[in-house]
Amino acid sequence: MKLLTTSAPHVRTQDSTRKIMIDVLIALIPAVIASTYFFGLYALILAIIGVVSAELVELFIMRVLKKDKEFVPNGSAAVTGLLLALNVSVATPWWVLLIGVFFAIAIVKHVFGGLGQNTFNPALAGRVFLLVSFPSAMTTWYSPINKFFGVYPADIQTTATPLAVLKLQGFESAKSFSYIDLFFGNRGGSLGETSIILLLLGFSYLVVRGRIKVMVPASYIGSVLLFSWIFYMVDPSKYGSPLFHVLTGGLMLGALFMATDMVTSPMTIKGQAIFGVGCGLLTMVIRYFGGYPEGVSLSIIIMNALVPLIDRYTQPRIFGRRVA
Amino acid sequence: MTLLSFKGGVHPPEKKLTKNAEIKTAPLPQKVVVFMLQHAGAPAKPIVQVGQQVKTGQVIGEPQGTISAYVHSPITGTVTSVSKINSPVHGMAVEAITIERSSDDDWELLPAVDYERASREELLDVVKKAGIVGLGGAMFPTHVKFAPPKPVDTLIINGAECEPYLTIDHRVMLERSDEILLGIEITKKILGVKSVYIGIEYNKKDAIDLLEKKWAGKVQVVPLRTKYPQGAEKQLINAITGKEVPSGGLPSDIGIVVQNVSTMLAIKQAIVDRKPLIERGMTLSGECVKENGNWWVRIGTPISWIIENLGKGFVEGIEEVKVLMGGPMMGIPVSSLDTPLLKGNNGITVIQEQERISTNCIRCSYCVFACPMNLQPYLLDLLSRKKRYDEAAAIGLLDCIECGSCSYSCPANVEHVKSIKLAKKVYKALRGGKK
Repeated sequence: MKLLTTSAPHVRTQDSTRKIMIDVLIALIPAVIASTYFFGLYALILAIIGVVSAELVELFIMRVLKKDKEFVPNGSAAVTGLLLALNVSVATPWWVLLIGVFFAIAIVKHVFGGLGQNTFNPALAGRVFLLVSFPSAMTTWYSPINKFFGVYPADIQTTATPLAVLKLQGFESAKSFSYIDLFFGNRGGSLGETSIILLLLGFSYLVVRGRIKVMVPASYIGSVLLFSWIFYMVDPSKYGSPLFHVLTGGLMLGALFMATDMVTSPMTIKGQAIFGVGCGLLTMVIRYFGGYPEGVSLSIIIMNALVPLIDRYTQPRIFGRRVA
Repeated sequence: MTLLSFKGGVHPPEKKLTKNAEIKTAPLPQKVVVFMLQHAGAPAKPIVQVGQQVKTGQVIGEPQGTISAYVHSPITGTVTSVSKINSPVHGMAVEAITIERSSDDDWELLPAVDYERASREELLDVVKKAGIVGLGGAMFPTHVKFAPPKPVDTLIINGAECEPYLTIDHRVMLERSDEILLGIEITKKILGVKSVYIGIEYNKKDAIDLLEKKWAGKVQVVPLRTKYPQGAEKQLINAITGKEVPSGGLPSDIGIVVQNVSTMLAIKQAIVDRKPLIERGMTLSGECVKENGNWWVRIGTPISWIIENLGKGFVEGIEEVKVLMGGPMMGIPVSSLDTPLLKGNNGITVIQEQERISTNCIRCSYCVFACPMNLQPYLLDLLSRKKRYDEAAAIGLLDCIECGSCSYSCPANVEHVKSIKLAKKVYKALRGGKK
């Protein structure tokens, strides 16, 4: 009989990194279904390309680093690839997505040390990289075709997103988008961002499974509501209603699935609240005063950079110690 | 009903396989090995020679210094060796006395004392002579704990038993409640406290009901949420009183003394029955031993003997096994089955190793929410592994109670407790014990 003497505790949770990642993938399935319904077959193809290519790029990197022997795929790359695919327009060529995936996995994730070591959310950094490299493909939007696995006709007209309409023509014109349509996702935009209800459905799954730092989206969305309400009170015709701001753009996708990325968000409740409010404030500043109509990606990326600082100054009071 | 508890913690599978098994008295072993260090503090000094005849209950080790304890012979027989053997608890060789049994028990009892009339000092003296230490696992000499540096007004009895598998405190509460109450009365007299609480996890509902009925008006029974580490001293105090033991301080700093239920039984046995601490209740449990049960076993009985005779051996077909002194959360794995039972061993748990491959931290923050001390285990682990001990100390390295909730909850199997324990030792050595 061999006696083992590895360290305590001798029982461990049945949980694993892979199970967490699989839960996130499951939570994104409703958004994939929505994108396939609103933007057709090509949206589904992009999602599959994102997932598969991300895992392949990660395997390739592991081989280059000579770590492939002990490497067990854990699904974190798939999550990045899928999120990136949900963050592009249906007008994006497949090879542009591939470049984005490569940048996200190889540069943003593995150059910084791989899983858990990256400062920036790889999918968001990949999106911003594509936005500056392929501005036209990334900002060309088509109206929904409302048909599963549909294919766009060759002479399809482009459309403006609700936030672009708000920015260029004011809130009176943007009111042509009904809240019902915005809630269910019947509008132009990034593939996965439009259907608020299905994003919330996936998010509630993560909440039930305890997979999410709930304080992040709560404070993010809460602060967006607050700031947009203040501006709405000042000039309703120019700034748009709080509900409009929450339902449009990438806010829900960003707040529920991107800002909550475990690796790149703070560790304590207080830190998560500060992080969320920072994201909300920056998003609204960009939407109101920036050059882009939408600012979710950039604001989360900026707040990602501040996470180590936030963690440092939000350490909880240790049991038995007075408040320092 | 809202159950009291503390903030943080985890809930591992309870696995209380032996909760209905009555405590049976084990037969006397042929041989015992008695460590001279079965308590916190300085080791006892052996006062017997090889070849000497000893009686059951005879003193074989005398305390050295203030924080130390008497050690008695658990059986009647002949001393066959006095030598140093490796102690898994202390991680070093410790002096131990081996005794071969020659006959049934021939007792040498403690001095008689009438607990109703005796003074506080007389009672305390018997507690000291009985070699009683904290039986919950920490093995702090009880007579030292009974002379706290600050006046105390509250006694808390620990019946939480939050470790999976272990059921001995549960059984002791069910089967020996009158004796425990007597132990509590004696302890109250020694400490001069007014209020007494007993905290019991709600998964021991039968014990809660029984004690609420039997001890009504004497001891306040407090049902607690079933959560690990509910039985950790600081967390128990916090759950029952809402108070926090100051960082680096003792429960007596806030007027409290905590005692385990089994220790209360030992007090009664010492004062009333005049028996020193040579036997204790323990749970033998786990999937890798044939028969699980609760037993009264003599201190110093080798674990191999316990597994063979009380557990009737290991389950067949298993090649690798973990034999733990204590439960699976904080238990110490033994490297040799010759290791004897110590005063603080509330159980022997025999389980299989669960696969664990440490991978990168993904900052899920599960450890932060699991930590009952409100520390940041992920950061302590990182700083400890990078040998940045001063920074680790600044964020509470020494406040860690090593409960293992962080490593238990970690999906990436990070070994926080392992690196923190090591860092604590190195930090204390580097600083010469000074803060």
